[in-house]
Amino acid sequence: MDKVMKLASQKAVVIFSLSSCCMCHTVKSLFHDLGVDAAVYELDEDPRGREMEKALAKLVGRNPPVPAVFIGGKPVGSTDRIMSLHLGGKLVPLLRDAGALWV
Amino acid sequence: TKQKENTTPPGNLIALRLRMFLEIINLLLPERAERSKSGSQSSRCGETRPPSDPSELRGVPPKSGVLEAELGLRRHDFRQDRSFVARFARDRGSFVLPRDACFPCTDPAVSVKHSGQAINSDPSQFGVLGKPTASTEIAPSAARVESLTSFQHKEKQHSLISFSGGQFENWGESMADASPRTDTSTDVDTDDKNQRLERGQLAFAAASDSSDRSKDKTLDQKTLRRLAQNREAARKSRLRKKGIFISSSGDQSHATGGNGALTFDVEYARWLEEHNRQISELRAAVNAHASENDLRVIVDGVMAHYDEIFRLKGIAAKADVFHILSGMWKTPAERCFLWLGGFRSSELLKLLANQLEPLTEQQMMGICNLQQSSQQAEDALSQGMEALQQSLSETLAGSLGPSGTSGNVANYMGQMAMAMGKLGTLENFLHQADNLRQQTLQQMHRILTTRQSARALLAISDYFSRLRALSSLWLARPQE
Repeated sequence: MDKVMKLASQKAVVIFSLSSCCMCHTVKSLFHDLGVDAAVYELDEDPRGREMEKALAKLVGRNPPVPAVFIGGKPVGSTDRIMSLHLGGKLVPLLRDAGALWV
Repeated sequence: TKQKENTTPPGNLIALRLRMFLEIINLLLPERAERSKSGSQSSRCGETRPPSDPSELRGVPPKSGVLEAELGLRRHDFRQDRSFVARFARDRGSFVLPRDACFPCTDPAVSVKHSGQAINSDPSQFGVLGKPTASTEIAPSAARVESLTSFQHKEKQHSLISFSGGQFENWGESMADASPRTDTSTDVDTDDKNQRLERGQLAFAAASDSSDRSKDKTLDQKTLRRLAQNREAARKSRLRKKGIFISSSGDQSHATGGNGALTFDVEYARWLEEHNRQISELRAAVNAHASENDLRVIVDGVMAHYDEIFRLKGIAAKADVFHILSGMWKTPAERCFLWLGGFRSSELLKLLANQLEPLTEQQMMGICNLQQSSQQAEDALSQGMEALQQSLSETLAGSLGPSGTSGNVANYMGQMAMAMGKLGTLENFLHQADNLRQQTLQQMHRILTTRQSARALLAISDYFSRLRALSSLWLARPQE
């Protein structure tokens, strides 16, 4: 869990993903489209990935827990939440506040 | 305005009819015509400069105008053009133009003058147009239609709503292909609609009857047979919707295998019927200038009903995700524009942008941003789907090669299991896409006033209704 939170606070936008997960690809794609340079951690490619996955699953209450998005070090949610925020016009201000966007 | 000679050879009837409906679609999506003309993408909000001249609409012969096209009036072979639509509509009940078709109330003097002369309640007007006439007789009415067109065009932003004066739009519904299994079935309330339509003005139908009676003996056998098939299919469709299972040879296999699909189809048909009823009620309320509160009740009802279809789709997707994704429960034309099992929210918003004026600055920004956000979300989901397809094909390709050894069989099983797992995420994508659609509608509703929401919902419903009508007409077109 510590590792998760440590990694999560290292950049404005952090996405925990699995390389085989296509919904993760969707979320990554969206942030890329918005001009955000997110830090992506593929848990299946990380030696401590399994532990992190378990910790994340407890945090978000869902398995598999990916994609898990952190903005400004705080957990924001999965695809559902990100899409909702964006449609509601709230994602971009959130990104701006976290310093992930320059415009 | 000078009328150019229609140079299309009379034998090219099918192309003319198709062009007629392309014009209708272009009326609905002016930016599409605009884009094809200028060859460039429209602005990010989907705002486009409306064509300054109706003839700029793609596919329209110069100066002929959209209204003229919709009525199928052409200088040379309008009778043959109109008669296809007229025959088709007659089979499903009268084709009615409501009193206030095409003309919003902003300029009562002008609208009265125009509507009084050209389209309105006087069947003899159409009688004149319906008879075989020399071009000199046609010209005055065509000229009137011309001025109508330019008037209508000035009020273009209202055209979608005001044209949908009621029965006119529902004509599409009475032809709608509600059951995907028979390509000629009609909506269950055809009979109801027929009765309702007949109570209205029969101008067009009366005219087409009088002009077509002499043509009846020339109706080809194929068309007669198809009309009979339509009636039979409509009957079956009605029974099906009542829950009665029709067992004819071929249906038995559907019963066991496609239960989830069939159930959904029935539920969707019922949903659509209720939706159309609500839309009629909404339209009546809007036209009657109902109070804000009355409107709100109906609008809330429509929104809640939309929630219902998303709920139903979610359940059906668990049973048969491929059926929902394939769009087999929709009509062919709708299916053509299908995106991840449904409509594209961003396209819908582009369509509405012109229809909803006047909007406040803040509302305009809101709609623009919503359109952009939904487009970005759609793109992201499309990317994800592509990644899924790629991943799936890699998995399946991984097991290709010389077969025979037990190792390869185990490999094969493993790859298949992996592929099955990947397919499981399809439901997730569909869920996200439906969420996107549902939330876009809700956000739109939040940004707009009640009255604006009402108009938006009418426009959306009418757009899909026309797509469904297009499907029916296309499927029933005489093929030579």
